[in-house]
Amino acid sequence: MKSIKNHLSLIVALVSILFSIQIFVIVERSIDAYKQNLANNYSVVVVSQKTITQKQFFRINKLINEVKVLSPDNVIKRLNSGIDKSNMDFLKLTLPKFYKLHLKKYPSPREIKRLRKDLLNNRFVIKVEDFSNTHDTIYRLLVLFKNVVLVFAAVVSLVTMLLILKELRIWQFKHNERMSIMGLFGAPTWLRSAVLFRLSIVDAIISSIIVFVIFSLIASSHWILNEFNNINISVVIFDNVGDFFVLFGISIVLSILLASMIVLGHKEEV
Amino acid sequence: MDKVIVAKNVSLSYTADETIINQANFSVNSGSFVFITGASGSGKSTLLKSLFGAIKLKQGSLVVGGVELSKVSRSKLNFLRRHIGIVFQDYKLVKEWTIEKNIMMPLIINGYEKSVMTNQVESLLKHVRLKHQAGKYPLELSGGEQQRVAMARALSHNPILILADEPTGNLDEYSSELIWKLLEGANTQLETTVIVVTHHIPSSLNVDYKHFHIEYGTINEIN
Repeated sequence: MKSIKNHLSLIVALVSILFSIQIFVIVERSIDAYKQNLANNYSVVVVSQKTITQKQFFRINKLINEVKVLSPDNVIKRLNSGIDKSNMDFLKLTLPKFYKLHLKKYPSPREIKRLRKDLLNNRFVIKVEDFSNTHDTIYRLLVLFKNVVLVFAAVVSLVTMLLILKELRIWQFKHNERMSIMGLFGAPTWLRSAVLFRLSIVDAIISSIIVFVIFSLIASSHWILNEFNNINISVVIFDNVGDFFVLFGISIVLSILLASMIVLGHKEEV
Repeated sequence: MDKVIVAKNVSLSYTADETIINQANFSVNSGSFVFITGASGSGKSTLLKSLFGAIKLKQGSLVVGGVELSKVSRSKLNFLRRHIGIVFQDYKLVKEWTIEKNIMMPLIINGYEKSVMTNQVESLLKHVRLKHQAGKYPLELSGGEQQRVAMARALSHNPILILADEPTGNLDEYSSELIWKLLEGANTQLETTVIVVTHHIPSSLNVDYKHFHIEYGTINEIN
């Protein structure tokens, strides 16, 4: 019981940090997936006096991924009131060309501006419709959401770090006496601190396992998966190997740092 | 005879203005039994602490077991301490360890094999008459019993030098006698050098001893 109590505060602190980090990762992945989704549906319409080939478009801006030529038939149909076929063919030739450009990713407002400028620099392009108002609103909303989560994760991490520092003082007090006594009998630093490092590593392993279990449960939850389906995105909530090792690494580094701080702050008492 | 301690012009202090031991010169032969006496606050314990490098010298040269303590590295100091057994007045036992593990500590630090450690601890527990208490924790024992554990710990690794700071200061007669017998035995049977800081030299002791008395920061040899 006493042993569990000794470990609990550090484990809880480590779990909170790992939890915030993973939540931030999930939000970032969701936003990226959502952006990709938006990018697939987002397009820029370009009106040109003359034909511009796909190659030429690709040379204008690297963001351009796909070029579709919009057929003028719909417009002509609306104008078709007693025009004969030869005139209609001539009209078709003289009408400007309409292109729909799909982009590689969901662009930032700056990238949109740049794309618009690059397109208008082409002497045949007479109009570019980038739907920037709608785009900017969505983009800013996503960035805001991401930043809010980042700030939240940072605050949680900061508070937890303070908790860890407090825990560190308790550990320092608890281990100082034993370390001093061992020092009086000539124990080298590594031996004096061995227990401390062992405890921190055990706590790091336990915290990583707890976080692994929590996120494995979340990742297999139907409710969560349905929520993601509802917004039409598919996200890896928790990669059992990759994410686990990243979190485990962070946890080990943090706890070793904690133990090292205690060892460095140790003062011999006689 | 080899000298285990050689002090030349040793001055000790905790602060810059105050000198506790002033320009002390003395030596201790290997295998001898030494008492250090003096009034409270005379610097007995300070002198003892300087012998295992717990206090830095203000001035002079102090060689213990061939190690010059005036300019000693951490690793050399650890090496020296691994060959010294120390008994403190306040025992300095690790509270979260059983008495068995406390006695084993110097053996663990010196890297002994598990079977050697077990045999040695068993034999020492018998000597200090605490075999039945092996699994208990220090705070479950009386002061006298804790000091006997500390004594066993100091003897466990067969040190070349035992330093004891008022080892019987707060003890009952039975425990005091046992401690003196163990110190006497270590000195006569194992030829371990023993240095004891005390207020009273026991009359029952059957060893030839050297007596240093500290007064006003000066160490005088009395015989």
